[in-house]
Amino acid sequence: MTIATLEAIPTSYTPRWLTPVLLLGIAYLIIPLVGTSYLFEAILLPFLALSLAGVGLNILTGYAGQVSLGSAAFLAVGAFAAYNFNLRIDGLPILGSIFLSGVVAAAIGIVFGLPSLRLRGFYLAVSTLAAQFFVQWALTKFSWFSNNSASGVIDAPPLSIAGVEFNSAVGRYLFSLTIVAVLTFLAYRLVLSQTGRNFIAVRDNETAARIIGVPVLKTKLIAFGVSSFVIGIAGVLWAFAYLRTVEPAGFNLDRSFQILFIIIIGGLASIRGAFFGAALLVVTPLILSRVGSFLLGDFFDSGVLDMSQRIVLGGLIILFLILEPDGLVSFWDRIRKRTTTRLLRQ
Amino acid sequence: MNSINRISGVHTATYLPVDIAAEQQNARVYGNEPHPAGKIALGLESVSLSFGGVVALENIDLSVRPGEIRAIIGPNGAGKSSLINVISGVYRPDRGHVRIGHDRFTNVPTQKLVHLGVARTFQNLALFKGLSVTDNVMSGRAHKARSTFLGQIFGIGRSPSEEVDAHDRAAKILKFLNLTDVGNRLAGTLPYGLQKRVELARALVAEPALLLLDEPMAGLAEPEKVEMTKFIRAANREYGTTIVLIEHDIGVVMELSHYIAVFDYGRKIADGTPEEVRADQKVIDAYLGVAAENIDGGGI
Amino acid sequence: MLDFDWQFFLEVLIGGLLSGVMYSLVALGFVLVYKTSGVLNFAQGAMLLFAALTFVSLVEKGIPFALALAITFGVMVAIGIAIERVVLRPLTNRPPMTLFMATLGLSYILEGAAQLIWGTQVHGLDLGIDDIPFEVGGVLISQFDLFAASVAAVLVLLLSIFFRYTRIGLAFRAVADDQFAALAVGLRLPWIWATVWAVAGLVALVAGLLWGARLGVQFSLSLVVLKALPVLVLGGFDSIPGAIVGGLLIGATEKLAEVYIGEYFGGGIESWFAYVVALAFLLIRPSGIFGQKLVERV
Repeated sequence: MTIATLEAIPTSYTPRWLTPVLLLGIAYLIIPLVGTSYLFEAILLPFLALSLAGVGLNILTGYAGQVSLGSAAFLAVGAFAAYNFNLRIDGLPILGSIFLSGVVAAAIGIVFGLPSLRLRGFYLAVSTLAAQFFVQWALTKFSWFSNNSASGVIDAPPLSIAGVEFNSAVGRYLFSLTIVAVLTFLAYRLVLSQTGRNFIAVRDNETAARIIGVPVLKTKLIAFGVSSFVIGIAGVLWAFAYLRTVEPAGFNLDRSFQILFIIIIGGLASIRGAFFGAALLVVTPLILSRVGSFLLGDFFDSGVLDMSQRIVLGGLIILFLILEPDGLVSFWDRIRKRTTTRLLRQ
Repeated sequence: MNSINRISGVHTATYLPVDIAAEQQNARVYGNEPHPAGKIALGLESVSLSFGGVVALENIDLSVRPGEIRAIIGPNGAGKSSLINVISGVYRPDRGHVRIGHDRFTNVPTQKLVHLGVARTFQNLALFKGLSVTDNVMSGRAHKARSTFLGQIFGIGRSPSEEVDAHDRAAKILKFLNLTDVGNRLAGTLPYGLQKRVELARALVAEPALLLLDEPMAGLAEPEKVEMTKFIRAANREYGTTIVLIEHDIGVVMELSHYIAVFDYGRKIADGTPEEVRADQKVIDAYLGVAAENIDGGGI
Repeated sequence: MLDFDWQFFLEVLIGGLLSGVMYSLVALGFVLVYKTSGVLNFAQGAMLLFAALTFVSLVEKGIPFALALAITFGVMVAIGIAIERVVLRPLTNRPPMTLFMATLGLSYILEGAAQLIWGTQVHGLDLGIDDIPFEVGGVLISQFDLFAASVAAVLVLLLSIFFRYTRIGLAFRAVADDQFAALAVGLRLPWIWATVWAVAGLVALVAGLLWGARLGVQFSLSLVVLKALPVLVLGGFDSIPGAIVGGLLIGATEKLAEVYIGEYFGGGIESWFAYVVALAFLLIRPSGIFGQKLVERV
């Protein structure tokens, strides 16, 4: 076989920036005009926060190959840190609180990432559970974090930037959208950089990476830090823009698994994948509850809904792992490629 | 000049024509002449290694001079791969020292290997499957990056120029190895022979003074072997890279190497020019019945 | 220190060791599967919940103890084999982490199914052993803990004998050592894996009954996996002695810490303490208690 017979990846005819710009145009200009409050509150706000969390975890797990089962801990750190910065530092703008909360999450992420320097694979995955349980315990135990409220509940402060209020459903949507868009763009820049290549090198072959001079330890800690930063800010959006009232118990192990499922279903090592996965995870329970109560009527109460959600979610994970290991993203790309070739042929 | 020159007596590879000429001359000078003392690219001093009682290497001395192509041959289990793993710091020897240029180690620091001017390939491919061919080769320049990840995200500081530099060097090497057309493909999707070549590219882009090749011909078809031989020789001549290679294909070894060390059961049983080794009775005994005819340059 | 109450200390220590055996029991289910198929089976906890819930519901419906036990065992074996067939076989030759994530999905299915079938209310489970303390040399020991520890010990012993002296056991160990070699000499891997999953189902049943009797049979039962994971990190995912010693070590330190230093942290440290112990241990000794240091292959 000679090289000439091997096809290179076909370069697409549309420029790379076109799709994101179109999507952002729709998200900023059209959706706020036509969206209902149900759409914002029940779908778009959780979707944005979870997508961002997925982007964060994908940096660590998808790109750098370090499996984390403790993402919810960093969501919680972000939410409670932002709450406290906002509460305790007078005159700090909300964006300042949010940024600092990301920094705090990053710092804690690096601390809990230290075992990755010695441990690999399952041993590391299990050790990330330490973050999950420790953070949840600390936030519940020390009421200082929640300004002495019962069982650690915190209420979101009003969202305003330079006097402009973002407290309506549309406002919180635009607020979230902007933060998610900016961080996603930066994450995209990161994974295409030398550091991004180092992530994948460490993931695919750690020994070879070390031998060719990739700074393995530093690369892992950067992955933990950046990932926790992004997840921390996703936590702020979850608490401040989506739920408005949160408690530590809401950031439990199930939440961590939910974010892991988002990147498995969406596609590991794909920034877009996080959005695909989050969309599916937000929409599935809604559809399930509609279909369930339509088919089964009263029998389909919240308990049954809860259990069938677990079963469907578990089934989806296994199905994707078996049939579409590269996630919805690769499924989408295949469909798009097929339709474009069909269109071109006509 | 942008060479590292951490190792005296070894010209780090550069693309400057002056160097190429000098190295070509160097290579020619060798022939069979003895070398000036002290000029050593790689030295092993009484290196021993065992795994839970099983001896992999026993009291190995080896000295490789700059610009040389040195082959290490021997039957399976002779300790050849262990040797490369000791040199690259993957294994820690029980006794003995490894000299790389001026530096002498009991345990070679893997993380600093590339800064010592050493690059290697792997017996079982160790490409980064999830990166494109170009990105794989660019990752061979990872050790040169001085920019921070923040600089890289925002495209400030040294990051843009480093990126351009790494990309250009990768492109040059890919062209040199006829890999330009597959630059955008994911490394894991290439046929085996091409993956081997990409590994060579990733090693070469670091501009190593010393290149360790662990069975570069294994699994290659005959035409691919011819090409690979050509590339290895070219790397040696054009970039002046000292090459230590482990190889089973005796034909290739005889054709390519300046010197050959023969290993058997963890010991070095012969060391010399292809002609000397070919005539060595111990070598013939070690290979007898296995590949006696291959010694005569047949190849398998 | 003069006032140190040694008797109390001993009581806490023994209590800790006995509950450690319970951790070992759960960890054992993991080790069996991991050794033969390289899968870290997160669904072990869900299997445990499923077993306990099935058993207790059958008993509540008036089915005799022994028959309920037999039926539940049959169900667990069927589930084990089904898991191997439906989930793991299509994932053969995929990275270990993929298999782990599949078992994560599996645990969701099993938890959901168990509660969909049997309901979400808490069931009491009475094995006929009262949790009353008795005295040995001035030290109080819980009768139930002792019983549970004995059952666990017997199970470990039986499994050891099974795997050491039977044909299946021999095949099992061959697979654990080298899958390719085992395949090459004609061992039927799917059949062996099915057996292993069935045994994992049995271990889940026993652990489910013991834990269920102590905690009540409810959803949180599946969270005992979280107790077993630090044990595995400490003892190694592939070591049966490691699971036992790791369980004892974690059980003892956890109880001691809870009693003696817990108050300084405001209590409730058991949710994370075991993980910190395991991590601290691994930082000092990365290969775990019995784990062998693997030579990197490149």
